[in-house]
Amino acid sequence: MTNTIHDMGGMHGFGPVETEPDEPPFHEDWEGRVLAMQRAMGFAGLWTIDAGRASLEALPPLLYLGSSYYRRWFFGLERRLIQHGLVDEAEIAAGHSAHPGVRLNRTLALSDVAKPLTRGNFERPAPAPARFRIGDEVRTRNINPTTHTRLPRYARGKLGTIEAVRGCHVFPDTAALGAGEHPQWLYTVVFANRELWGEDADPSIAVSIDAFEPYLVPA
Amino acid sequence: MAPTDRAPHDPLSHDEGHGHEHGSELSEMQLRVRALETILTEKGYVDPAALDRIVETFETEIGPHNGARIVARAWVDPDFKRRLLADATEAVNSLGHVSPVGSHLIAVENTDEVHHMVVCTLCSCYPWEVLGLPPVWYKSAPYRSRAVIDPKGVLAEFGVALPGDARIRVWDSTAETRFLVLPMRPAGTEGWTEERLAALVTRDSMIGTGLAKTPAEAGS
Repeated sequence: MTNTIHDMGGMHGFGPVETEPDEPPFHEDWEGRVLAMQRAMGFAGLWTIDAGRASLEALPPLLYLGSSYYRRWFFGLERRLIQHGLVDEAEIAAGHSAHPGVRLNRTLALSDVAKPLTRGNFERPAPAPARFRIGDEVRTRNINPTTHTRLPRYARGKLGTIEAVRGCHVFPDTAALGAGEHPQWLYTVVFANRELWGEDADPSIAVSIDAFEPYLVPA
Repeated sequence: MAPTDRAPHDPLSHDEGHGHEHGSELSEMQLRVRALETILTEKGYVDPAALDRIVETFETEIGPHNGARIVARAWVDPDFKRRLLADATEAVNSLGHVSPVGSHLIAVENTDEVHHMVVCTLCSCYPWEVLGLPPVWYKSAPYRSRAVIDPKGVLAEFGVALPGDARIRVWDSTAETRFLVLPMRPAGTEGWTEERLAALVTRDSMIGTGLAKTPAEAGS
């Protein structure tokens, strides 16, 4: 979803950034298992990375904020497994499989572990020429869809400049819905700090997002 | 054994973990995660040995030492640096001693004039192939909320003081592009080997919330 708690840029009140010296990759064994299960089930190709993000964004805000990162991932994974009919609620409550699994297109074998550990390529052939060029002034749309988007709230309806053209990529807004990749041109759009945060903001700061073409209109 | 009958969509039943970014949920989570792995294994969806291997890879092979090697090479090899800034994916994959990266790695160079800093306000996008798994703070609400509206305040908390006239550029990772900061090479390292230089390159310096260590800080 879009205007949900995950979209945190510019919010106040969360306090200082707390760092941990010599932080381990995982704080508890179960965190590693969650990550591994997520990678292994992702390998089956039943959902997109965008659908995975959308399932985390759909968590209730109190649960989202009250959960550690891997706890959130766990709930998102459970939700997806149930939605795709791979596991049912009764099995989760019982802690055991009650019926045979559905047939997956592929499962992750030990010999294939390296595959999901290299990031996928989301660039696609361009169906049309890029609408914008480096240096163009653009305005981000003011959109508030109830479905997944990667245009953060703080950067909506803002004037920016195209700084780079990153190629044509899978469009998360449709991919998250299972509605197809609909590749779109992707641009790095840079905003002056005062455009984002008002005239009192520090002018020595600039912020950029990577924005898909449907998020942008000519300024 | 039923680990719990509490559904994930009932936030009020989860009152024990609030305010914690990690830990404190061990018993509940350990049971629930183990139960799910049992189910997935029984159904033939996952192979526990493959899961073991994934965990082991993240614990031992994928980490900021990869990024540090890339940065050290860029410091000593101007041609590599030029290629890194032009197409980081291609440049990194040309190095034999660093594990391969997928697409759309973008390197941005810190200078006296501009300091780059990377965040993902929407989730936790991070160049994990070169930096490993993101630290808890990178995924936390304080960092994600403040990096774009108060980067100077965040940098101050990290103990980073920039020259007065340096500009700050924040990169919000909102797509499948990933950003690696190329920190400035510390003074007093002329003639150093790549290996020695790599030891100065911290994870935070490649996120932009830190600077590379000076020789004095590294104790060398």
